[in-house]
Amino acid sequence: MQSPTLLISKELPSLKYSYTPDRFDETWEAPLSILLGLGRAAGADFIEFFLERVNYISCMAEDDAITSISPRLATGAGVRVFRGKADCYVSTNDLSFNGLKAALEKGLSIMGLHLPAPNSFIPEIHLELLRDYATKKGKEAWLGQSSSMREMGDVLLLANGSLSQKATHVQSRRAVYFRDWQEVLVAASDGTFARDIRLTQSVGYSLLCADGTNRSSINKRVGSTSEPDFLRTWNYANDAEEVAESAAKMLYADYVESGNYPVVMANEFGGVIFHEACGHLLETTQIERKTTPFAEKKGEKIAHENLTAWDEGITRDAFGTIDMDDEGMPAQRTLLIENGILKNFISDRAGSMRTGQPRTGSGRRQGYTFAAASRMRNTYIAPGEYEIDDLFASIEKGIYCKKMGGGSVGPTGQFNFAVDEAYLIENGKVTKPLKGATLIGEATEIMDKISMCSKDLGLAAGFCGSVSGSVYVTVGQPHLKVDSITVGGR
Amino acid sequence: MAKVQEIATAAQEAAKKLGIEKFDIYGSSIDETSVQVDQGEPQQMKASQRSGVTVRVWNEDHTVGVTSTTDVDPIGLELALKTAKEASYFGVKDNAPDFSPEATAETAEVKSEHLPQAPVSHLLETLIKAEKELLEAHPAIAGVPYNGLAQRDIDRFYLNSQGALRHEAHSYASLYLYTKTEEEGRKPRSAGAFRVSPGIEKLDVEGCLKEAAEKTISHLNYDKVKTGKYRVVFSPEAFLSLIGAFSNLFNAQSILDNQSLSTVESLGSTIASPLLCLDDNALHPENIGAEAFDGEGTPTRAISLIKNGVLSNFLHSSGTAKRMNAQPTGHANMGAKVTVSPHFFHVYAGEPAAQEYSLDNADNLILIDDLSALHAGVQALQGSFSLPFDGWLIQDGKRTSIESATVAGDIREVLKSIVYVEKETEFTGSGVAPRVWVDELSITGE
Repeated sequence: MQSPTLLISKELPSLKYSYTPDRFDETWEAPLSILLGLGRAAGADFIEFFLERVNYISCMAEDDAITSISPRLATGAGVRVFRGKADCYVSTNDLSFNGLKAALEKGLSIMGLHLPAPNSFIPEIHLELLRDYATKKGKEAWLGQSSSMREMGDVLLLANGSLSQKATHVQSRRAVYFRDWQEVLVAASDGTFARDIRLTQSVGYSLLCADGTNRSSINKRVGSTSEPDFLRTWNYANDAEEVAESAAKMLYADYVESGNYPVVMANEFGGVIFHEACGHLLETTQIERKTTPFAEKKGEKIAHENLTAWDEGITRDAFGTIDMDDEGMPAQRTLLIENGILKNFISDRAGSMRTGQPRTGSGRRQGYTFAAASRMRNTYIAPGEYEIDDLFASIEKGIYCKKMGGGSVGPTGQFNFAVDEAYLIENGKVTKPLKGATLIGEATEIMDKISMCSKDLGLAAGFCGSVSGSVYVTVGQPHLKVDSITVGGR
Repeated sequence: MAKVQEIATAAQEAAKKLGIEKFDIYGSSIDETSVQVDQGEPQQMKASQRSGVTVRVWNEDHTVGVTSTTDVDPIGLELALKTAKEASYFGVKDNAPDFSPEATAETAEVKSEHLPQAPVSHLLETLIKAEKELLEAHPAIAGVPYNGLAQRDIDRFYLNSQGALRHEAHSYASLYLYTKTEEEGRKPRSAGAFRVSPGIEKLDVEGCLKEAAEKTISHLNYDKVKTGKYRVVFSPEAFLSLIGAFSNLFNAQSILDNQSLSTVESLGSTIASPLLCLDDNALHPENIGAEAFDGEGTPTRAISLIKNGVLSNFLHSSGTAKRMNAQPTGHANMGAKVTVSPHFFHVYAGEPAAQEYSLDNADNLILIDDLSALHAGVQALQGSFSLPFDGWLIQDGKRTSIESATVAGDIREVLKSIVYVEKETEFTGSGVAPRVWVDELSITGE
């Protein structure tokens, strides 16, 4: 005799699903359990639902006027169906039970599976008690505690006024802010049932200076998670001074002379070198595609013995901080490289299944239209033993890369990134400003050339674009020396 | 169309309830499917059905607020209108946007096709076959790590409270294949190709895999290139990438914001060699998925941007056109701040060249096939760029792949240093162009 608690698929239409439509709470357990059971009954090996609600707003001040306030509201869900090592991801805007069921049915059909016949029994899926990071950590109030539209405008206008006072030869000045409030719920057929709220904010300057044919443009961005007061506590005067000073120095800078140089890379956003040259290549996505030279190197030396690097989800308030990843796994600290030895990869669920590497709470996605993939969180090179002056003193002629731009890495491990603010190093001293530099290299070669790390670890907010969209990350490092790198210029 | 009318009706009812008399909505819905494969096996398949609208609301002070939302049911639309109204009280007072004067003007007839989507099984079979043939094309090709076959249906619409209502739908399919090689003692090399068509059945799969194979094989015997100044030939794709990265040259909104290399006074000035002509034409017959109207409902059209080296027009929204005493050109994107962007570039030869050149007998010349890292290596507001590229050194007509190098320069100098614009154009995803020859660019290699 069948258990009376077992559900027969023909009963589905008569069930009443009373979940909270504007909040992801435990009332979603019943409908999601049933949907997960339907997927399993159809023959899927694993099913995962990701539900998302977003309340985003951006604000921009140009010169002395607010020229844009843009709210964006979004709700959606994605269902991932695994059969063997293949998977299918279907996303939808429709969060009703029938909408989610239609998305599931589509995913199943793509995988060659079909919903069970009307008289089939639906397996029970026992979800864990809702792991609710939002309630546990008092995040429910964050949206209301964040800056109002009026406050956003007031702060940005004050900030732009400050920049006006400090900069010269200004052609345009912008202050830009955004707040991204995101509520997520993950339910999976292995029992995962977890909810979180993320509050990510960023504010920054974009300054363009011009004097005849000379031009310089400098950007500065700071970011935070989990801090409703973030905009109120922004020290815009300090940032205005820094941006103005950089723009003034770069306005009349000479173009860098191309060639191979030793370089000193500043801390904070200088960490983009590790992000591009190594971080991406430690994602299991790259192992699956065989696009990383480090796939078989776990336990082996892949970098200079002075280099240790981490990727972690839990750095307090940092831009890439998450309590749980987008697959419902708690974030953790992951030691990537210890004294040059490769210790771990960055892994999501599918990457773990396909490569055998353990999950690290790194399954991340931009939103519900993307399946989660292995992505970096807060990634940084650990501080070393040297004083900053030791790094400069070791160089007769080289380049000081004080402010980095963006970068990328290709399928062969060749990386590149731009330098927004650079200086010549002559006989151990920083001398004239330089512009127009791009650094290029091979990941396998550069990691062994990072020979000196100073003690001043600094982190910076950034955006990382990859297979699962654009996600918030932190890059970071202390000042470090690269013995030799190709510098493209004129 | 029924869906658009439902949205229009729901928006009107919600607006009336909220006391909103003036509003407009731009929206789209997308239905797409894509597949990826790995060594003959399906890897990831994706499907998505999603909608989104952006609503603008004018308040009694004639300032505007905007909100976008993915909830296009009556409740979602009402919330969006309400939020936009709240935002409208913080809207700009100077040069506030208004309805486009051409929001109800007749649009051009667009010959975009709407082909039915193929079953996922067909997509998988097609891609697996293409991957297999590519792997068999040369023993050094060890994998196709980046590949994808996708099909997409797009419906888009614009409506406003003064009765404008536009709607159009089209479909397209796309394929990309990106290889990686492995050879003992040699560095891995990669190359790729991309194709787009109105539907899977019309997709040039053979051409795509053949191009990917040929390019990959041509990069196997690579060498370093000496740092120095070279004559450079940009492939159609590379030249269009560069033009796209510096499109602020033609962008009226960027000019008004002092975020451009041009000024209002630049119109009519010589910014390029007289050999060069550049149009932006959303209605170009080779533009897959051509759009007949922009985000404000303005009809799209062909615009000459550079005529024989002379800057001849800017790209406008209705707002920038009004401020510059010009006509809207159909390039607006609706938002709290209306932005302007190009649709589809068309590069072609202008005045006859003093001398014609051929790659067959060229010497000490760099042929740049593909520029990368444009998001990082372009200083769009300064005019400068320093970019890694895939390409070949040509000596006595013979091509040698370049191992790793960057090209650097200033877009204004590049445009003026064009010595030859070839006659034969080629279709790429973002436009149509021939190869373009440029004198004296800095190449950093060895």
